[in-house]
Amino acid sequence: MDVLELEGVHTDIGQHHILQGVSLRVRPDAVTVLLGRNGAGKTTTMRTVMGVLPPSRGTVRFEGRPIHGLPPHAIARLGIGYVPEGQGIFAALTVEENLRVAMRAENAESRERMRRVLTLFPDLERFRPARAGTLSGGQKQMLAIGRALVNPTRLLLIDEPSKGLAPIVVEHLVGALEAMKRETTVVLVEQNFAMASRLGDDCYVMDDGRTVYAGSMAALAADRDLKRRYLGI
Amino acid sequence: MRRATPLLVGAALLLLLPLAAIEPRAWLTLTVAGLAMGMLIFLVAAGLTLIFGLMDVLNFAHGALFSWGAYAGFTVAVAVDGRWGWAASPSVWANAGLLLLAVAAAVAVAFALGVVLERVIVRPVYGQHLFQILITLGATIVLEELIRVAWGPNDQVMPVPATFQGSWDVADVVVLRFPAIAIGLGLLVYGGMQWLLTRTRVGLIVRAGVENNEMVQVMGHDIHRYFTGVFAAGSGLAGLGGLMWGMFSQSVRPSMGGEQLIFAFIVVIIGGLGSVTGSLVGALLVGLAYNYVAFLVPKAAIGVTMGIMVLVLLARPTGLYGAGK
Repeated sequence: MDVLELEGVHTDIGQHHILQGVSLRVRPDAVTVLLGRNGAGKTTTMRTVMGVLPPSRGTVRFEGRPIHGLPPHAIARLGIGYVPEGQGIFAALTVEENLRVAMRAENAESRERMRRVLTLFPDLERFRPARAGTLSGGQKQMLAIGRALVNPTRLLLIDEPSKGLAPIVVEHLVGALEAMKRETTVVLVEQNFAMASRLGDDCYVMDDGRTVYAGSMAALAADRDLKRRYLGI
Repeated sequence: MRRATPLLVGAALLLLLPLAAIEPRAWLTLTVAGLAMGMLIFLVAAGLTLIFGLMDVLNFAHGALFSWGAYAGFTVAVAVDGRWGWAASPSVWANAGLLLLAVAAAVAVAFALGVVLERVIVRPVYGQHLFQILITLGATIVLEELIRVAWGPNDQVMPVPATFQGSWDVADVVVLRFPAIAIGLGLLVYGGMQWLLTRTRVGLIVRAGVENNEMVQVMGHDIHRYFTGVFAAGSGLAGLGGLMWGMFSQSVRPSMGGEQLIFAFIVVIIGGLGSVTGSLVGALLVGLAYNYVAFLVPKAAIGVTMGIMVLVLLARPTGLYGAGK
């Protein structure tokens, strides 16, 4: 069974009809990449899945169960982690507090998960008592991903993790995401094509609020014609 | 610490500068009165700042909850005094009992009203500031008129327990008793709020929500439960402030909340939206400045609080402790 399935999803933001029929399927234990130009609707798709922007039409299923119409916190509690664009970290809270607030319950299990996150990202351990606002861009991204991992997560949505990061930091990030890929199903929005093609198994290309291409990441990466047509590269 | 130093210098200046123009005993009395007034404004502003910071709701009905708290406490105080004579009683215990019962009534009524207001009128207008202003102003009118219906339109005398009236004579200095108690209560509330916000999980989630409530939701926390809780707790504090203000001024009247609300909004803006510590500092600043200036140049008293707000905003547009959103 697919982990996530969107069928004919339409979402409006105010007067604007942003998603105009998005359909996609996310296989278990794979990394599905959403590609497309700015404004194609990638972030809106993620926010729709999370219930922050409820769809006006269409269905969103998680492990076969319809979730559109549920409030965001209920969707998160099904086991969906979300790392938004711009990380959404709490700058005034410490690194440790950021991790603790992300826990759905503070218990031995979640504390053990936090220890694992801190081993996975040694920088976070080092700056544990520091305010998260003082971290560098890359460290903030590690924190944002770490926060999604302190709960048992069956699906992780990550929005443009490499945005604004130096190439060397992106390299470190790819390593972390590769480790994560072994543990959970991932949907990744990424503009950095090199990074997307290294991590991705499946891929969808979006344009003007629709999914216009679906296929394997390897096939897209190998096909110059397709790349030029959909991505302009 | 870096932020604390200029603050301490400012506080010392504010406290000591008026000494040049006011003789020391009057200065001490004004200082105690100013701190007490500041603490009472803080009770109102603390709820307002959290409600605004966390929920992004402009709650103009906060002043009406202040009045309702005052009247609820007033009713209980009158009833208890009428039945057992606890206000005039020489027993400290009877006096304290009356105060505690009145406080409990004020907080309970304002808290309950807060739950109803949040669920019924605020929830449908989340994210829409104009509607929030209109509907909470509407609620204020309704709540204030209901006070006039239930208790009549005139000022009424609030029974104040004998122990808390008058003054203590400490080393030849007159310390008014009720203001001293108000200061103690304010500190207690501030300490309690700090403990709750920094030491408990609920506080952690509320602080995170003040920064970014959408993120808190997608982490699996039902933000609406926290909204209701913070709104009701803030309302309870407003009710407590109303009762204490009623005892401080020894009277209650239906429009008392609206007058305090202006001070509270000024304080919230000075302190920075969403910051409890900012509200405390702002409230003390306003309370002290108001009292000093009212003594020296009575007509300029209201103006000086506005002046402080303007100066603070010019120097720090997000307020003294505001993170800015």
